[in-house]
Amino acid sequence: MSTTARSIANLRSVTGIPTARLVTWWVIASEIFIFGGLLASYVMHRLAHPEWGIAASHTNTAAGATNTFVLLTSSLFAVLAHKAADAHDGPKAAKFLRLTALGGLVFLTIKGLEWTHEIREGFVLASGGFWSFYYTVAGLHALHVLAGLIIMLVFAVDVAKNENLPRVQCIGLYWHFVDIIWIFLFPLLYIAK
Amino acid sequence: MLERFATGASTYAPSIDHLILLIAVIVGFWLIVAEIALFWLMARFRRRDGHAPQYVTGEEKHLTKWVTIPHFLVIACDLVIIVPAILVWMNVKQTLPPAQETVRVFSQQWAWSFQQPGPDGILDTADDIRTVGELHVKENTVYHFELRSRDVLHSFSVPVFRLKQDAVPGRTIVGWFKATRTGTFDIQCTQMCGMGHGLMAGRIVVETPQQHAAWMKRVSSPALAASVAPSSDTAADNSKIAEVSR
Amino acid sequence: MTTPATGAHAHAGSHGHEPGHHETSFFHKYLWSTDHKMIAMQYLFTGAALALIGGYLAYVFRMQLAFPGHVVPGYGLVTPNRYNSLVTIHGSIMIFWVAMPVLVAAFGNFLIPLMIGCDDMVFPRINRLSYQIFLLSALILLSSFLVKGGAFGGAWTSYPPLSAKGIYNLSPLGSTLWLVAVALEFVAFLLGGLNFIVTTMNGRAPGMRMWDIPVVVWMIVIASVLFMASVGPLIAGAIMLLFDQRLGTGFFDPGRGGDPLLWQHLFWFFGHPEVYVVLLPALGIVAEIITVFARKKLFGYRTILYTTWATGVLSFVVWAHHQFIAGIDPRMANVFTITTLLISVPITEMIFVYIATLYGGSIQFTTPMLWALSFIAEFLIGGVTGIFLGASGADIYFHDTYFVVAHFHYTFFPSAIIGMFAGLTFWYPKMFGRMLNETLGKIHFWGTIIAFNMIFLPLFITGAAGDQRRIYDYALFPEQMRPELQHLRQLSTVGVMILMTFQVFFLVNFFWSLKHGKRAGENPWLSNTLEWTVPSPPPHGNFAELPTVYRGPYEYATPGRKEDYWPQNAPITPLEEGAL
Repeated sequence: MSTTARSIANLRSVTGIPTARLVTWWVIASEIFIFGGLLASYVMHRLAHPEWGIAASHTNTAAGATNTFVLLTSSLFAVLAHKAADAHDGPKAAKFLRLTALGGLVFLTIKGLEWTHEIREGFVLASGGFWSFYYTVAGLHALHVLAGLIIMLVFAVDVAKNENLPRVQCIGLYWHFVDIIWIFLFPLLYIAK
Repeated sequence: MLERFATGASTYAPSIDHLILLIAVIVGFWLIVAEIALFWLMARFRRRDGHAPQYVTGEEKHLTKWVTIPHFLVIACDLVIIVPAILVWMNVKQTLPPAQETVRVFSQQWAWSFQQPGPDGILDTADDIRTVGELHVKENTVYHFELRSRDVLHSFSVPVFRLKQDAVPGRTIVGWFKATRTGTFDIQCTQMCGMGHGLMAGRIVVETPQQHAAWMKRVSSPALAASVAPSSDTAADNSKIAEVSR
Repeated sequence: MTTPATGAHAHAGSHGHEPGHHETSFFHKYLWSTDHKMIAMQYLFTGAALALIGGYLAYVFRMQLAFPGHVVPGYGLVTPNRYNSLVTIHGSIMIFWVAMPVLVAAFGNFLIPLMIGCDDMVFPRINRLSYQIFLLSALILLSSFLVKGGAFGGAWTSYPPLSAKGIYNLSPLGSTLWLVAVALEFVAFLLGGLNFIVTTMNGRAPGMRMWDIPVVVWMIVIASVLFMASVGPLIAGAIMLLFDQRLGTGFFDPGRGGDPLLWQHLFWFFGHPEVYVVLLPALGIVAEIITVFARKKLFGYRTILYTTWATGVLSFVVWAHHQFIAGIDPRMANVFTITTLLISVPITEMIFVYIATLYGGSIQFTTPMLWALSFIAEFLIGGVTGIFLGASGADIYFHDTYFVVAHFHYTFFPSAIIGMFAGLTFWYPKMFGRMLNETLGKIHFWGTIIAFNMIFLPLFITGAAGDQRRIYDYALFPEQMRPELQHLRQLSTVGVMILMTFQVFFLVNFFWSLKHGKRAGENPWLSNTLEWTVPSPPPHGNFAELPTVYRGPYEYATPGRKEDYWPQNAPITPLEEGAL
C-alpha cells in the first residue's frame, strides 16, 4: 500500500477551494455542532439553576484569563506560520508552528495545575451539575488542544523541509477554531458567577 | 371510527376520535388519489410497440400545474388538520378545568400506586386512601391527577380515556380527566421502564357516586383494609410501597 | 463479517496503487483496500449480514408476541429482559447498522466517484478508516449479547434515567457497550460523510455543473450534510450519558440538578433528520431507476432538489413531535404540530414529481423498476400515517402504540429494504459484471412486498385498538387480550416468516448469478450516467480516460436523436448540433 498516492479526485478543485482546506472547514463545521450541543445544554441548565453560580465562584478566573491570553498568542503564531508558508519559507513556518504548539503546551500545563488544585479542594467531575459540565466541556476542549498540537508538531517536520506547505493553513484554521471555542468557554465557565 | 377498536370513556375521547376520523378522511383521500395516479400511469404508459416515450422536462407551464395545484391543496389540508389538532390538544393538555377531585399517581419500577383523599376530601391527611395497581374514581367528575415517578420514566396511559402522559422523576405533572362510563379499564405503562415494563399494568375502576362512596367506606374501615390489598399480579414488587393504610 | 469471496470477480485487486506491484495479498485486496468500490462492498456485505441478524431478532420477538410463553424454535424461551434486549437491538441494528451502511455508505461509496467521473474518493484512506470504525462498532454492539446482564434493553432511544443507571436497566455493561457502539458508528459516518461531501464538491469531472449531478449523488450528499449537522449534539449527549453511567455525574439525573428530558431533545434533534438521512438516498436510487425504465427525463429535476433541501431544513425544527406527551411544556406542542405538518408539503411535492415522471413514458417492468415503483406505493402509506402522529391531539392516543410501529416501518422498510433491493438489482450488473435472473427476482419481489404488508397492516389495527409498544406479553392487559387482536398479531408473525423465507430466492439469485448470470456488458440498461460508460465491474481507477460531461443525467428520448438515451459524456457531433 502506498502511503503517498493521491487520488485524482483529491487533486481536483471544482469549487476553487483546495480539497484539504475544504475538508478542514467541514471538520470544523461538524465540531461546532458537537460543542454547540454541549454548550446549549450547559446554558439551559445554568439558567434553570442560579445556584450553580456558587460553584462557579470556585473557579480560578486568573488562570482562565491567562489561558485565554496564551491561546490568543498562539493563534497569532499560527497566522505568522501561514504567512511564512505562503512565502514558501518552510523553516520559518515550521518555527512558528512549533511556537504555536508551545502555546498549546503552556495552555495544557496551566489547565493541569488549575485542575489539580480544584480536585485537591474536592471539586471533581461528579461533584454536582456545574462541575460535571465544567470538566466535560473544558476536558473535551483540552483534548482538541492536545490533538491540535500533536498534529502541528508532526506537520512541522515536513514543513521544515519545504514540503506539504498548504497543510500549515489547514492546521491554522483548526487552531483558530479551538481558540474561538475557548473564547466561548471562558466567560461561560469562569466569569458567569 | 376508533370506537370500533377501543371504547371511549372520557369527555374528551369523542373529540380525539373525531380528530382522528377527520385526519383519516383527508389523508385517505390523498393516499387514494396518489395511488390511483401511480397505478393509472403505470398501466397507461407501459411499454407498447409504436408508442415512443415523450420528452418532458417538467418545467413547462401547462405541466407544472400538476405539481403546484396539489402543493397548495396540501397546505390547505394541513391547515384543516392543524387547527382542530391544536384545539383538541389545548382542551386535553393545556387548559385544565377546575378540579372537583384530585388524585396522586405514583409510578415506579414496576407498579402504579395511587393516593386520594379519604372521607374528609382533603389530600395529605391521615385518612388518605392509598392503593396499588387499582384506582377508583367517580364518573362525571373532573379529576386532576398529579403524576410522579420514583425512579425512571413511565407513562400513564388509559386507552379508553384517550389519556397518556409521561411521568418524569423530579417533576409533578398535572393533567385531568372526566370519566363518562362506569366499568373497569386498563391502565398501561407506555414508556419503556426496564425489565418489568410488560408487567406494569393497573386497573381504573369508574364508579357511580354511590358505588364510590360505598367503596370508600369499605377501605376506610381498618378492619377491612386488608381485603382491598392489591392483587398480586399487578405489582411485581409492591412490598416496599403502600398498602391500604390509614 | 464481510464476505469478500464474492469480490473475486472484481478487478479491484489486480492493479495495486503502485505500478508494477501486482502481488497483493487477500488481506490487502479485500480487507485493507482503499478502493471505493471495495469499501462499498465491505459496507454492503456487513450491512446485509447485520440485516439478517436484525431480521432474526424480529422473528424471535414476533414469535413471542404471537405465541407468548412458548419456546421459540431457534432461540429458546423469551424472558422479559431478553425481549427488551431483542427489540432494542433490532431497532438499533436496523437503523444504524443496516439502513445507514447500505444506503448511505455502500451506495454512496460505489456510486459517487463513478457517477461524477473520478477515480476514487478524495481521501481513500479516511474512507477505509471509516469502514474499520464501523465494523468495530458493529462487533462491539453484537458482543453486548455475551456480557453479564445481557444486551441493553432500554429501547433504541435509550432514555435516561433508565439507560443511565445499572440499578434501573439491570444491564450496566450492555448499556455502556450500546452507547460506545453507537458513538463509534457516528464517528464512522462523519468520516464517510466528509468524503462524500468534499468529493462531490471538488472532484467532479470537467463540464459537470451542479445541475448535471445525478439525483442519487445529490441525495447522498444532502443526507451526509443533514447527518453531520444533527449528530453533533447527540455525540455530546452520548459523552454525557457515558459519564452518567460510568463516572457518576448527574447530567440526566433530576435528583442532582440534571434533566432527563435533555437527552430526549438531543436524541430527537438527531433522530428526526436521521429519518431523512435514510430516506433521501433511497429516493435518489428510485429517481435513477424510474428514469431509466420509463425512458423519461425526470419531471422537474430542480423541483426535486428544492423540495429536498426544504425537507432537510424543516426536519431540524420538528423534533419535539416525538415528545408531545413526554412532559414538555404543552404550548411547545402547538408549534411543533405546525412545523411537522408543514413538512408534508415538500415531501408530497417530491412524491408527486416522481409519479409525474411516469407520465408519457415507456415503462418496462423489470425487477429494479418493480422495486422502485413499490417504494413509491408503500412509502405513501408511511407518509400519510405520519400525519396522525404529527397532529398533537391525535398523538395523545397513538403515541407509543403499534400504530407508531407500523407507521415508521412503512417509512423505514421502503427506504432501507426496498431501496436496497432496488439499488442492488439495478447496479448488480455494474458491481459484478453479470445480470441477475429476472424470474427469481420477481418471485422474490412479490414474496417480499406481500409479506411486508402482511406484517405491518395488522399492526395499524392493533395499535388503534390500544396495543402499547415493547410489551412482551399482554396477559396483564385484559383489553388487549381480545382474541381478534391476538389473531392479528399472529398474522403479522406469519408475515415475518414468509418474508424471511422469500429472502432465500434473493440469496440464491445473488450467488448463482455471480457465476452463471448473463454477461452484462458496459451498459445493459441503456442508461446515461457515467458509471455505465466503464467496464462492468469497473477496474481500479474506474475510467481508462477520465470523462468530460456535456449534459444532465436524464436525457432520455431527446427529440432529434436516433437512440432514446444520450450518455452524459457523449460529445455533441456537428450533425446533432444542427438537429437541435
